[in-house]
Amino acid sequence: MDVSEKLIFPGQKHETADGGILITKLDDAINWARANSLWPLVFGTSCCAIEMMSAADAKYDWSRFGFEVARATPRQADLIIVAGTIVMKMAPVLKRLYDQMADPKYVIAMGACTISGGPFFYNTYSVVKGVDHVIPVDVYVPGCPPRPEALLHGMIALQEKIKNEHYFGKKAEKDK
Amino acid sequence: MTNEEIKLFISAHIPAATFDESGEFLNVIIASEELLPIMKELRSNRDLEFDYLFCLTCIDWKDHLMMVYHLLSKKHRHVIVIKAKITDVNDPQIETVCGIWKTAEFHEREVYDLFGVKFINHPDLRRIFLMDDWEGWPLRKNYVDENMIEI
Repeated sequence: MDVSEKLIFPGQKHETADGGILITKLDDAINWARANSLWPLVFGTSCCAIEMMSAADAKYDWSRFGFEVARATPRQADLIIVAGTIVMKMAPVLKRLYDQMADPKYVIAMGACTISGGPFFYNTYSVVKGVDHVIPVDVYVPGCPPRPEALLHGMIALQEKIKNEHYFGKKAEKDK
Repeated sequence: MTNEEIKLFISAHIPAATFDESGEFLNVIIASEELLPIMKELRSNRDLEFDYLFCLTCIDWKDHLMMVYHLLSKKHRHVIVIKAKITDVNDPQIETVCGIWKTAEFHEREVYDLFGVKFINHPDLRRIFLMDDWEGWPLRKNYVDENMIEI
């Protein structure tokens, strides 16, 4: 998807004498609003978090895509980027954070550790072998750690996923 | 004191002690039962005065466990390594040294957490890193974890 396309409101414009009328689908309007304002939770457990912070800074600037309002509380967050190794002791904490987030909520698994347990720590007693053993994952971003560009790509992929969700009508029935 | 003088001192206290100088430091290998009196002596003797315990760990050799204590004297600038052999691997026990060096309190909790060595007279012996309900001692060679791959 072209980034410039994302900024355009989905629907048809009809010019009138004193302004205009916009016709759109409720699903599209909701998804547009949700996808372009995803508030990530401040959460990072190891080196991937450094790359995540770098994606937030002036050079990569994820606020271009609506991610800038990082929240320090799960109750206000839409998205959790699991950035770093999750150990057995952290797993119940992560689960609790995820449970405290309000629906709809999304998860990005960033880096090899969160995808599978990681290249270094895989065969140990202490590491969870993939964060999807604990919480459901929407987008996987491979790398060790992934570059900020890769994370941004994953986040835009998540936006595309959100834009294809259905809340009303026959398609929503099918999704259920 | 030189290593030779330290060896003579320790031999006088523990005749059964053996020495190994192949590494960086003088290694003294003793039995776990003999640990506490010699440690007290090493700390309090004015010619030795090992006032800094800079490493405390354990090694699993399958048929026995070896407690390792790295000692340093800030005054005399000498270093030794005391290795205490624990023969009972099913119920490993050794006297705590945290009455001599306070720093040992957390280090011994770590060794307890990962190797299951019980430190007699330790004031607060419980797991330090792992969850309280964790079963087994992960750094022991016979530790079984079905999620791990045999190599």
